[in-house]
Amino acid sequence: MKVKILAILSVITMIPALYMIFLFAPTEATQGNAQRIFYIHVPLAVVGAYGSAIMLFIGCLGFLITRDLKWDRFAACSAEMGVVFTAAQLLTAMMWAKPIWGTWYAFDSRGTLQIVLLLIYIAYFMLRSYLPDREKRAKLCGVFGLLGMVDVPINYLSIYLFRTQHPQPVISPGGGGVDPDMAKTLLMSFIAITLLYAYVFVRRLTIAKVEEEVDYLTQVALANE
Amino acid sequence: MKPLTAIVFKDIVIEMRSKESISSMLMFGILVLVIFMFAFESSGLEKTVIGPGELWVAFSFAAILGLNRSLAMEIDNDCLQGLLLAPLGRGELYLGKVASNFAFMIIAEFIVLPVFFILNNLSFDQRFIGIAGISILGTLGISAVGTILSTISANTRMKEVMLPILQIPLSVPVIIAAVEATSQILNNEKPEISAWLTILAGFSIVYLTVSYLVFEFAVEE
Amino acid sequence: MFALESDDIRKTFGHFTALAGVTLNVERGEFLALFGRNGAGKTTFLKIAATLVRHTHGKLRVEGVDISDEPEKARRYIGFLSHNTYVYRDLNPVENLRFFARLYGLKDPEHRIESLLDRVGLQRRRSDPVRGFSRGLHQRLGIARVMLHDPSLILLDEPYTGLDAHAVETLDQMLDEASAAGKTIILTTHDLEQGLRGATRAAIIDRGKIVFTGAANTAAIREAYASYIRVGVSR
Repeated sequence: MKVKILAILSVITMIPALYMIFLFAPTEATQGNAQRIFYIHVPLAVVGAYGSAIMLFIGCLGFLITRDLKWDRFAACSAEMGVVFTAAQLLTAMMWAKPIWGTWYAFDSRGTLQIVLLLIYIAYFMLRSYLPDREKRAKLCGVFGLLGMVDVPINYLSIYLFRTQHPQPVISPGGGGVDPDMAKTLLMSFIAITLLYAYVFVRRLTIAKVEEEVDYLTQVALANE
Repeated sequence: MKPLTAIVFKDIVIEMRSKESISSMLMFGILVLVIFMFAFESSGLEKTVIGPGELWVAFSFAAILGLNRSLAMEIDNDCLQGLLLAPLGRGELYLGKVASNFAFMIIAEFIVLPVFFILNNLSFDQRFIGIAGISILGTLGISAVGTILSTISANTRMKEVMLPILQIPLSVPVIIAAVEATSQILNNEKPEISAWLTILAGFSIVYLTVSYLVFEFAVEE
Repeated sequence: MFALESDDIRKTFGHFTALAGVTLNVERGEFLALFGRNGAGKTTFLKIAATLVRHTHGKLRVEGVDISDEPEKARRYIGFLSHNTYVYRDLNPVENLRFFARLYGLKDPEHRIESLLDRVGLQRRRSDPVRGFSRGLHQRLGIARVMLHDPSLILLDEPYTGLDAHAVETLDQMLDEASAAGKTIILTTHDLEQGLRGATRAAIIDRGKIVFTGAANTAAIREAYASYIRVGVSR
């Protein structure tokens, strides 16, 4: 039931968000229409990449403290969401950077951190898939997820320092003074993407639980054969 | 303290007999330097520009070889279980393995480093001492995170391949900080390396502490 | 006084139950043979007692020390031997034993190592790396490793697997000596005759529960073994 409400809400908010992004928000003076990518890109990065990182951290810590498998499922789903959203976010960043900076990618602080984050999410997944034993998988992935997320602030610090010592492209997607209509559009997009994230996450969590039940029943069936 | 030195001493005796760990790290490190030399020979780039990156690629990949070897030895014949049966905490066991991994990496690196200086036609002055110091700090970070990650990867079917996949993304801060600090020393600018050294030290402290606390989960059956 | 007190030890993970509540007290000096089918939970129980696996419920004390509260202290009392010997192949017997002696912080290790090497008959091979040892020699060194810190509770998990006749003899002899010296021994096996040879008491574990305990070498244990383990195997 709750899931359905989330689904409906995310559809209801997504339509006006798309309208606002493409029709309502004014065209930015220097960057033109390319700047509109930014309304999708920022929520994807904040909710999808950083939000998933915090949730993965909570999931791993929760499992190591309680040893309850539900936290392991929580962590696994967060990482999965992290992979999808961070990849989408990087894609939008490249689509924006090519016309504006003239390059697909610039190693600025946020961009580099996002790439490292994506690599950690993917490594977390590869580790999961190479550990067949359920208990071992939960424990080792819990440890790796925790170590990986502890890395994020240190990473940010080092990349930030790196940037302050090297010249970087100066135009940021936000531009200077933010038009109130732009701010409204960004807010709407934030709400829509947060709801979408929440809906997919809850769904994925339910599926993960069912997958586990199926695994268990398969084992029981095989044992009784 | 006593069990810790026992672990290091045991690893040294094994290494003196098998001569597998340090020699493979050493050979690999030098090969990386040589390959870089060929790859960038025609580019005409200043040696001091590509040098720091070259050095840390060599160090961090050689370290992975050493870590894999170090854990293979404990996994063989289930020796790790024997260590777990001994009356020492899991955290102490972790610190013992960090100490021996660190020692082996440093020995290999301190042989690779002069080779790096010779290949790049650098003179052995203060810069050598500075870079040796950074190597110690950076290697501490690499061994802190690498020891626990190699224990994790040892549980998977393809352990040798899994370790770099887990290790490289996590050691990005070490690589960035070490390369930057090395580069500043090498270029003899007024080095502003204190911030980088702080990151290197901070990384080691954070990972030593967190791994000390959670190592139990990595070794528990 | 009990050497091992296990109170409702359970081990579950998700849906899977490995131990469904094992309550078992073993008195000092007892030699308990623990029988069970593969997957019945005997290895899991022994590994929990050896602090290698963590239980999810219940209390387990070794020589009065709670293994969850003070695992390091409890480990001093425990000697654990499985079919793996946990010795380093690149080290020779003396170096291996010296390393474990240091880990346990033993005083005067050299004297102890010499006497153990004599007892397991490895004096002649004392400076050969273990790499070249046969399975039997390997296990003899394993036995020496277990006895090194003079444990009061010896746990053996299927120790006979893959041993040649000579090594079986050495193991039996060591167990008899340990038993005579008042050590407590718990041995798991699925082989009735081998298990009962030196045992004073026997227990059967099935589906994560102790289903039978009684004096060894009685008709009752043979009957129970037949019904739980033979039936289990054929099914």
